[in-house]
Amino acid sequence: MTLSVALRHGFPGFALDVAFDAPAGVTALFGRSGSGKTTVVNAVAGLLRPDHGRIVAGGAVLLDTAAGLVLPPHRRRVGYVFQEARLFPHLTVRQNLLYGRWFRGGGAAFGQVVEMLGIGALLARRPAALSGGERQRVAIGRALLSDPHILLMDEPLAALDEGRKAEILPWLERLRDGAGVPILYVSHSLPEVARLATTVVVLDGGRVLRAGAVAEVLGDPALAAPMGLREAGSVLTARVVAEEADGLVRLEAAAGPLWLPKGPGMAAGQVLRVRIAAQDVILSRDRPAGLSALNILPGVVTAVRMGDGPGAMVQLSVGGEALLARVTRRSAEALGIAEGAGVFAVVKTVSVAQGDIGLG
Amino acid sequence: MADWLSPEEWQAVALSLRVSFWATVISLPFGILCAWALARRRFPGWQMLNGLVHLPLILPPVVTGYLLLMAFGRRGWIGQYLYDWFGVVLAFRWTGAVLAAAVMAFPLMVRAIRLAFEAVDPKLEQAAGTLGASPSWVFLTVTLPLILPGVLAGAVLAFAKAMGEFGATITFVSNIPGETQTLPSAIYAFLQVPGGDEAAFRLVAVSVAVAMGALVLSEVMARAVARRIGVAG
Repeated sequence: MTLSVALRHGFPGFALDVAFDAPAGVTALFGRSGSGKTTVVNAVAGLLRPDHGRIVAGGAVLLDTAAGLVLPPHRRRVGYVFQEARLFPHLTVRQNLLYGRWFRGGGAAFGQVVEMLGIGALLARRPAALSGGERQRVAIGRALLSDPHILLMDEPLAALDEGRKAEILPWLERLRDGAGVPILYVSHSLPEVARLATTVVVLDGGRVLRAGAVAEVLGDPALAAPMGLREAGSVLTARVVAEEADGLVRLEAAAGPLWLPKGPGMAAGQVLRVRIAAQDVILSRDRPAGLSALNILPGVVTAVRMGDGPGAMVQLSVGGEALLARVTRRSAEALGIAEGAGVFAVVKTVSVAQGDIGLG
Repeated sequence: MADWLSPEEWQAVALSLRVSFWATVISLPFGILCAWALARRRFPGWQMLNGLVHLPLILPPVVTGYLLLMAFGRRGWIGQYLYDWFGVVLAFRWTGAVLAAAVMAFPLMVRAIRLAFEAVDPKLEQAAGTLGASPSWVFLTVTLPLILPGVLAGAVLAFAKAMGEFGATITFVSNIPGETQTLPSAIYAFLQVPGGDEAAFRLVAVSVAVAMGALVLSEVMARAVARRIGVAG
């Protein structure tokens, strides 16, 4: 099922004008605060009525202002996970989870969702007795069990600390790979987007700056600046080959072997997506020797984008995948880095954090 | 208590309890509706409604009673139709005392419930909507349970106020023993006759006890509900 969104809405001092398609999987709406992400999600949920727009989920028209059609929120079959969990304080976790079923019936199997989210032990409690991470998991379960045709998530991890985030991200990955409904996921965190998104829609000032597959959008040097230079990084896909005795895991990427620190879920054969921050990549014209860094990937420069400051963003093709490297303009010039040049990308194993590695 | 009070005094106490009970029960749905409209809606006439609801709080009770008499008397603007069409007479009947008590207690009830409405996070109601609940289901399953402590507090306050209502009641329905002589009217009547002090004092004691009891009860109930529904307290 695909969700098609086209919206125009005027606020005092801000105009939203976006159009994009969200196919199955996770479509990340990425942008700074104030770029219009939440407005889009609220319009899809029916909590905001845009001046003009058309929203279609699968075959169902949720909104068509030209035809004067505006479905109220409760008839849209949209599951919404808010930034703050918004659990009903007067109901137990079980009652919260089953709330949507009173009205829509059916939906995913209760036991299955409870097990997937690991909330079986919480069912008799009230929201006040839950931790932030638990609340958010219950909120995800509640939305799933309302039998939604689309799942909306507005920065569901933003209110949580790193530990809680790390606790929930694997659940979201399982959801993406198992739920079968399109998920519209609002985020301003690139590592989160890199881990979860299938498709990325970059919003800037109320407009779509770019929409496309995650590896393609994150590997685009032109988008690095608007997305945040220090956070910019591309995503490589790699398969786990073997665990090694010294705590490292050997993976096979298109460009060659990669060694990463061992983490949970890294069984042999598992396909992972690995985010490599552009500023953690060192470029070398010759294959470096006598270097402590373990990962050396041969590649070809496909684009160079000189910054306004001292930096340059270099896009490489490593075995066909895009890899971004952020270097100084001085280095780029000294090494003669230009389109078509053969280079080696050097990535320190320890520069890849566990949060940068997700299930493929 | 029955032999401690004379039959006449007991009659006044029983009547007051009956009048206050019905005044509270009948005005509660209207109180919730008014509180909701004032807390959650902005419409032309909002100020008007707000003023109208609060008017009995500020007007001299005798004026409210007089206005009730003009409106609901046998030949009043509304009263004549009530009589012609339904054979209902309110003036000088205990049912009229219910109306007077309800009108006088209404502002207190609405204020308490309105505060409760304002304390409910509309984001919870939005969330319920996205889960498939229509606005009326949202109200029944989310809003109403969350305002329950406020509704209880408003009801008990209104009951206590109705127990003590005097000015509007005596103006509208007079002071007829057994029909409209409520607790305060009886106290007033006893104070008018020589040697009535003792009876008046007994009724005053009942009055104080009922008022205190109502306040304590409301506190206890509100806390119990708050604990059960998991909101603060």
